[in-house]
Amino acid sequence: MTSVAPVPRLVEQFEHGLDAPICLTWELTYACNLACVHCLSSSGKRDPRELTTQQCKDIIDELERMQVFYVNIGGGEPTVRPDFWELVDYATAHHVGVKFSTNGVRITPQVAKRLAASDYVDVQISLDGATAEVNDAVRGPGSFAMAIRALENLADAGFKDAKISVVVTRHNVDQLDEFAALAAHYGATLRITRLRPSGRGADVWDELHPTAEQQVQLYDWLVAKGDRVLTGDSFFHLSGLGEPGALAGLNLCGAGRVVCLIDPVGDVYACPFAIHDRFLAGNILSDSGFGAGFANVWKNAPLFRELREPQSAGACNSCGHYDSCRGGCMAAKFFTGLPLDGPDPECVVGYGAPALEQERVKPRPSGDHSRGTKQGPIPLTLITKPPARLCNESPV
Amino acid sequence: MRGLLTVSSPIAAFDPDLSWRLHHQVAVRPEPFGALLYHFGTRKLSFLKNRTIVEVVNSLCDHPDARAACRAAGIDDAQQAPYLHALGVLAQSKMLVVGEA
Repeated sequence: MTSVAPVPRLVEQFEHGLDAPICLTWELTYACNLACVHCLSSSGKRDPRELTTQQCKDIIDELERMQVFYVNIGGGEPTVRPDFWELVDYATAHHVGVKFSTNGVRITPQVAKRLAASDYVDVQISLDGATAEVNDAVRGPGSFAMAIRALENLADAGFKDAKISVVVTRHNVDQLDEFAALAAHYGATLRITRLRPSGRGADVWDELHPTAEQQVQLYDWLVAKGDRVLTGDSFFHLSGLGEPGALAGLNLCGAGRVVCLIDPVGDVYACPFAIHDRFLAGNILSDSGFGAGFANVWKNAPLFRELREPQSAGACNSCGHYDSCRGGCMAAKFFTGLPLDGPDPECVVGYGAPALEQERVKPRPSGDHSRGTKQGPIPLTLITKPPARLCNESPV
Repeated sequence: MRGLLTVSSPIAAFDPDLSWRLHHQVAVRPEPFGALLYHFGTRKLSFLKNRTIVEVVNSLCDHPDARAACRAAGIDDAQQAPYLHALGVLAQSKMLVVGEA
């Protein structure tokens, strides 16, 4: 980073929000060949309202005008969209770089060759265990072999610096060295991120998230060996474990300030881990009173404006670590049923654990695209007071 | 002996008397605080934290050397050190390359 004259700290500039996101996550489809137990977007089945090819291209045009440098494309499994490669080519031709996340299902030798020929496309292969046993327990039978085949195809085609993307869990936190070795073997870079209780992750978070001891182990590993490991700044809630700046990155929550999520139907959320009505800023296709299109949502959505205001430290106000962790991850708090202005459920000082012991209501996901389920059972509400007159309760 | 000097301090490799320009894969996005720089090749992001350094970076290719670009942006020679340092950091991360004026 470059410093010239005293100006407000960069973190403060970012907390007020930028005119356009630096990068954003764009989930192209809810369709997926896998059914990972911790899927952030509860993916499985395609949503019939998903954006058309032309609507996607219009969004790319807008991102180009806003100079959004790159998009992180995900899903679902984005490569199962028939127009996936067309959209990747369109984005890179319009100066919007593409990083896409895949489970590897479509990374054939031919595709790998094609990817190796582009300077503007980055590929991230998801892997949640350094062994088939650990990985497949989370991502499903055969998913380890599929990811490894994709990495082999990429390496054989001469694709440089693919990313191996790992969600750190209780069961793979001991495999960090093995992941690093796998990455080295395939000429790839290791990327590790935090398990969020979002989407289907809400159902498994209690059993899968690293224990307090493992959080320390993870932090120590990152400080000792994390130099060339990417984290998407996702462990900023751990920065209170050591000296300020020991963890690489900006270490702040960028939700609605420097990042956001576009979902497959054009809904814009504050971040990829917050697919819930509470964090829905607007929809690109419709005008909710502040103009249609992505730029209007980004600039004017009341939710984003609120997120760019100074946030209250709340219960964390008197904690000496607040300056480094900033209260942790909004989505992690929300989906575990903790107050947003209190400690992170994985708070390093230990304030999260007792908070989780308290009575709390975990919000249900606003949408579920899992295969084998409908929108979930429709809860029947009991009327606690009898209607004053029979006609007051409509029979239809 | 010459070799030792350049190895120990990579920033010393930045020569302000040469002509520099932005790498062709670098995009500059103006921001209220200055600008964001993104290198599509290395996928590295950098921040320019005031508007003067943005002006210098954007006009490098119009000047015979980095010092001249600084002067044109109103930075006289006595004040150039932090700016040249910043340019050196950018050169180190391949955001800037030596080029024809």
